[in-house]
Amino acid sequence: MGWSEIFIDALVASIGPVAAAYALSAIGLNIQFGYAGLLNVGHVAFMLTGAYGLAITVDAGGSFYLGILVGILASIVLGLILGAPTLRLRADYLAIVTISAGEILRLVVRSSWAEPVTNGVFGIQRFANDFFDLNPFEVNKRYGIGDFQFQGRQLWVMTVGWSLVLLAALLTKRLIGSPWGRALRGVREDEDAVRSLGKNVFLLKLQALMLGGVFAGLGGMLLVIEQQSVTPDAFLPRITFFLYVIVILGGAGTIWGPVLGAIVFQFLFFFFDGFMSDAQEAGWFGDALDATDAQQVKLVLVGVGLMALMAFRPQGFFGDRDEQLVGDD
Amino acid sequence: MPPGRLVRSQRFASQLVLSPRSVPQLATLKTSARHLHIKLIATALLVLAMFGVAAPAALAQDSSIKGKLESIDNDDREPVPGVEILVEQDGTEVGVATSGDDGSWEVPVPAAGTYQVTLNLDTLPDGVAPTDPATMSLPDVAVRDGQNKTVRFNLGPGISSGVNDWDRLLDLFILGLKLGAIIALAAVGLSLIFGVTDLVNFAHGEMITLGAVLAWFFNAADAGPGWPLLVAAVPALVLSAGFGAAQEAGLWRPLRNRRAGSVSILVISIGLSFAVRNTILVFMGGEPETYTQYVIQEEKDYFFFTTVPKNVIIVVSTLIILGAVGLFLQRTQAGVAVRAVADNKDLAESSGIDVNKIIMITWLLGGTLAGLSGIFLGVSERVQWDMGFKILLLVFAAVVLGGLGTAFGAMLGGFIVGLSVEMSTFWIPTELKNAVAMAVLIGMLLWRPQGLLGTKERIG
Repeated sequence: MGWSEIFIDALVASIGPVAAAYALSAIGLNIQFGYAGLLNVGHVAFMLTGAYGLAITVDAGGSFYLGILVGILASIVLGLILGAPTLRLRADYLAIVTISAGEILRLVVRSSWAEPVTNGVFGIQRFANDFFDLNPFEVNKRYGIGDFQFQGRQLWVMTVGWSLVLLAALLTKRLIGSPWGRALRGVREDEDAVRSLGKNVFLLKLQALMLGGVFAGLGGMLLVIEQQSVTPDAFLPRITFFLYVIVILGGAGTIWGPVLGAIVFQFLFFFFDGFMSDAQEAGWFGDALDATDAQQVKLVLVGVGLMALMAFRPQGFFGDRDEQLVGDD
Repeated sequence: MPPGRLVRSQRFASQLVLSPRSVPQLATLKTSARHLHIKLIATALLVLAMFGVAAPAALAQDSSIKGKLESIDNDDREPVPGVEILVEQDGTEVGVATSGDDGSWEVPVPAAGTYQVTLNLDTLPDGVAPTDPATMSLPDVAVRDGQNKTVRFNLGPGISSGVNDWDRLLDLFILGLKLGAIIALAAVGLSLIFGVTDLVNFAHGEMITLGAVLAWFFNAADAGPGWPLLVAAVPALVLSAGFGAAQEAGLWRPLRNRRAGSVSILVISIGLSFAVRNTILVFMGGEPETYTQYVIQEEKDYFFFTTVPKNVIIVVSTLIILGAVGLFLQRTQAGVAVRAVADNKDLAESSGIDVNKIIMITWLLGGTLAGLSGIFLGVSERVQWDMGFKILLLVFAAVVLGGLGTAFGAMLGGFIVGLSVEMSTFWIPTELKNAVAMAVLIGMLLWRPQGLLGTKERIG
């Protein structure tokens, strides 16, 4: 059992580009779920629209920056489409529509019908050359100490990614402290009370859904930019579940909760991943679990973890019990 | 190898193998029969990725045109054997190939030039159809000297082609009724459970999967007893009902007693769905499985249509069962109590109804119906770990369409969704049929959010 190796791998994963992408998307989900009380179970759909908006634009000859703009707009439009029919109804309806959208959008993107634009299952490659032209690090050089190291390419994505996370968190802080943010938290606690103050509750929720969607769209771009390759199957429904665990683990309705949650989640996920691989190889499970099974067990744990957190510690590890829509009715 | 290909294979490998640490380990796996296939592919991709070499293209020979026929249904790829492919040049036949067991075919061509490649639609097996019939004949396939040109035909599930429009619509109508029956069975349970507990159970899809997987275990699994499917269905349904009851007793009732908020209960049901789905994945693996019976059937003539007997049996027995559920709700004391609890829990309780008992009865009923829906789905398609999650999207659409909380609305919604999804494939590609359900769902919420038979108070 190579404990130090497992530990370092998990550490690398916890601050790597994917963790930054998850953190950014989780900040978006936190605005929707944590502050506005919206149960968006198809957050991955927003990541997909962001990433594909960028890739398709560049693929069609647009510039990288235009692509980012298109990706952001696509996420906003998706928020409109999903929010307009559902946000006047009780919370279940948004959940039903978003969980369907998350999966169906992926199936549409990978279908042969959409292939002329999306290139089907193979996806689109090389859409971020402009981004890597700005890379100040040496592409193939490895930075770091011992096994704890990143390629220059990764380091550049991480620098930009975590800067975006920081900006997004500060922006969220600013927004939540503003009158708009107070009204939003009011919507979470008691819609009727907010309505009686003359606020347009529907519009507030829709704005929260779209703003959260924009962060997820940027998160989706971040997720695919390192490989410069976007494929439909990078956006499996399980990512939405990961993001829920991240938000609740870190503390829903807190500024830094989603960021800490992403780091801790990635660390635990990869620590357990390495542990299960080694344990399986060492024959701890006998014939009961083969290597694939051992990998899948951690997904079961994600589900159980989500249930347990929600049932026993809904404020997460860093959250505040008062900032909870999930407390007693 | 072009650089694009390399990137692709590396990425696939990294998807199969989540952690960089497990890379060297995968290659030295002890092979177990169950995952042998996946492992072989993974290992092959791994080798490709690690050394960055292409699979050696066929040793330098003359030019040829080749391909691999696969029927693609969402995530599933099935090789299509026994299909004739004709290669012609200026109207003269150059060669014919028949696809092998793995779907691959190859026709050698004498020289560089432009060829016409045609797939013989009459040789397609039942249940496989072109996603776009216009692309089944490729007029201009240019082959360079010494090149092994790959061409692709997009095939998907569907009824065999070569029939006229009316017959095709009739066939789709039958398929729609069958899918509708499967959806309706699951939707009734989901809707009733919502009625009495106010919970939209996201784990309902896993109740569907569980019914199918348990029946598969008793019927066809290596470790199982190998009973006939009709016998295997009995313990499967009992256990499905038990799963519903266990959820209620072990999870939802304690949460209700603790007065947990509705949002946290929803999140817990989402977590449960994720945990159960992946537990099933660990136990049965990702490969689709089939029952030992009723997989392939001869079509038979019924009054004015032709179809396989299992479709008729699924639809007829569903109608009988739904009728029985309707009678139960309308005519029996327990059924009336279920409706009373759904209508107003406090009033029901104060008029002497044991609310917890009624809720338990609803879970048992919902679990059984979901399990049966799963077995029918398994008979009609295949048994796979995420089958319930995939159909849950249609079940949700049905429940919302009929009106959340209404049993009869859910039945009606089930058949409407089933018919519109299947019949839409007459006009649009098969791969997009689930998007139709999504469109129906959103359209319904905009037009009449309470659903066809629902009441306004329930919706928000």
